[in-house]
Amino acid sequence: MTVLEQDCPRRVDAKASFAMRSGEHGLGWLAVSPAMLLLVGLLFGPVAAVVLFSLTDWQLGSFSFHFIGTANFSTLFTDPTFWKALSNTLIYAAIVVPGTVLLGLVVALLIEASPGLRGFYRAAHFLPVMSTMSAMAIVWGSMLHPTIGLVNRALVTMGMSGVNWLRDERTALLALAVIGIWQGFGFAMVLFVSGLKAVPQQLYDAAAVDGADGILDRLRFVTLPMLGPVTMFVVILTAKRSFEVFDSVRVLTQGGPNYASEVLLHRLYTESFDFLHMGYGAALTVVYLAIIVLLTLTQARLLEQRVHYS
Amino acid sequence: MIARVPDRRFAGQIARHAVLILTAAFALLPFLWMVSLSLKPPEEIFQANFHFWPTAFHGVENYRVALTAAPMFRFLLNGLLVCAAIFALQLLVCIPCAYALAKLRFRGRDTLFSAVLVGLLLPPQALAIPHFVLLNVFGLLDTYAALILPWAISTFGIFLLRQFFRSIPDEIIHAARLDGLGEFEIIWRIMIPMTAPALAAFGIFSVVAHWNDLFWPLIAVRREEISTPALGILLFRDDEAGQFLGPLMAGAVIIVAPLLAAFLIAQRRFIDGLAVTTMK
Repeated sequence: MTVLEQDCPRRVDAKASFAMRSGEHGLGWLAVSPAMLLLVGLLFGPVAAVVLFSLTDWQLGSFSFHFIGTANFSTLFTDPTFWKALSNTLIYAAIVVPGTVLLGLVVALLIEASPGLRGFYRAAHFLPVMSTMSAMAIVWGSMLHPTIGLVNRALVTMGMSGVNWLRDERTALLALAVIGIWQGFGFAMVLFVSGLKAVPQQLYDAAAVDGADGILDRLRFVTLPMLGPVTMFVVILTAKRSFEVFDSVRVLTQGGPNYASEVLLHRLYTESFDFLHMGYGAALTVVYLAIIVLLTLTQARLLEQRVHYS
Repeated sequence: MIARVPDRRFAGQIARHAVLILTAAFALLPFLWMVSLSLKPPEEIFQANFHFWPTAFHGVENYRVALTAAPMFRFLLNGLLVCAAIFALQLLVCIPCAYALAKLRFRGRDTLFSAVLVGLLLPPQALAIPHFVLLNVFGLLDTYAALILPWAISTFGIFLLRQFFRSIPDEIIHAARLDGLGEFEIIWRIMIPMTAPALAAFGIFSVVAHWNDLFWPLIAVRREEISTPALGILLFRDDEAGQFLGPLMAGAVIIVAPLLAAFLIAQRRFIDGLAVTTMK
């Protein structure tokens, strides 16, 4: 009986390793081959092509090109509009990231504080995350309309004068940032809630024993320190999304007025596909790619830490 | 002292609701505004005092204009078709690859997995120029294929499914092989049913992303007939009928409604699905 029990797994192993020697190798390659072909054809090949384009004077439709070194990059780096787009993107991120993270955190803490209406609040705050941005940007456009918009109606009721939010150089980027926060903070909330659920109850009990049993004490000594890793993750994720802002800009301001709301991705789109400046567009893409890769690597590093942490 | 604790708790509850109602209003206001305007006649939209509910109900007229001036249902159908095709292709490519990376042993496997990880780093917007050129070369611009093909490979899908496939014990697969099941049957009859929640999460992630995407459709197509919802509403706005706010808002409701309805029906699944796919 015992012999048989010991014998069985070994036979399975033998059979498995036989299968491995004969078929698994070929089978493995067969199974991954479509994915690998597409990986090369649709991802790695194109990335190489973008880098190549950025070093040549190639134009769409032409059959010849010359290597022009870093000329496209010097055009890019001496173009004030590029720097304007870059600084606008950074300003946009500097508003959207703290706004989204803070609002998401506060809402998550309050939603988890007690069960009253929890389901309703969660759904309500998550609704913007699910909605099609181009359609909702149109809606925001009408809300920010100088005369009939909801925002200026409210301001006028309170005795203030209205602002032409999207046509004023001073407010266009700010308005877009508010829309960015509106769309993203529900998602930050969900990530914070899952972070909160992972805080072990024993920590609160232990803190209570040490005299920290008020709401603010619990928050300061237990909840917020334990949310550290999630917070960093949400910060990076939101930063990445801020660099990807496009829909609201395209729909509402097209980068205007006078480039006041021009951002990197919109610049990339207009140069490459409205004006078909492929070399410039490719150089800008390479810069954009470098920024996103850096942010993604940071994010991956943080995720790894979080795994070790728990 | 005894009375104060419940008092404080009560005050805390009030404060909680006060703040959350405020933030929820911020989140919901654009939706309420959109619906309100979609039900109003033009003169009421422009009148000085604002009421949420229209005094003269103009909803039927606005929605009729939106539906006849632009092919709204066509946009939705295109969205459905494109999202379904993209997800089906992604599954077809990802599942065998993820299975092999998770459960089969073969030379080069780790290298291949590293390639997938590198692929994860690349933002799709950075591939727009070469994809555009590639589709142009094959004469596929302004077709459904242009909307679908660039998304056929999802390194994220491979990565996610590999993680989930790995969590299935090897013993189950060995037992299945002993029972004479081929690798295809193992995937079809064991791996897929056992990881159904993960596949659903990936599906939600993929469909939400591509239904809402504006960047790529704006590049890939020009024709109204094959526009996806996100692009369609923009074409409608720049059209003559879209100059009127009532029909425009009605159009926005039609474009936004399907995904929001799906979300409200299966809230937990959506929220968990999107959270899981982000944190993995």
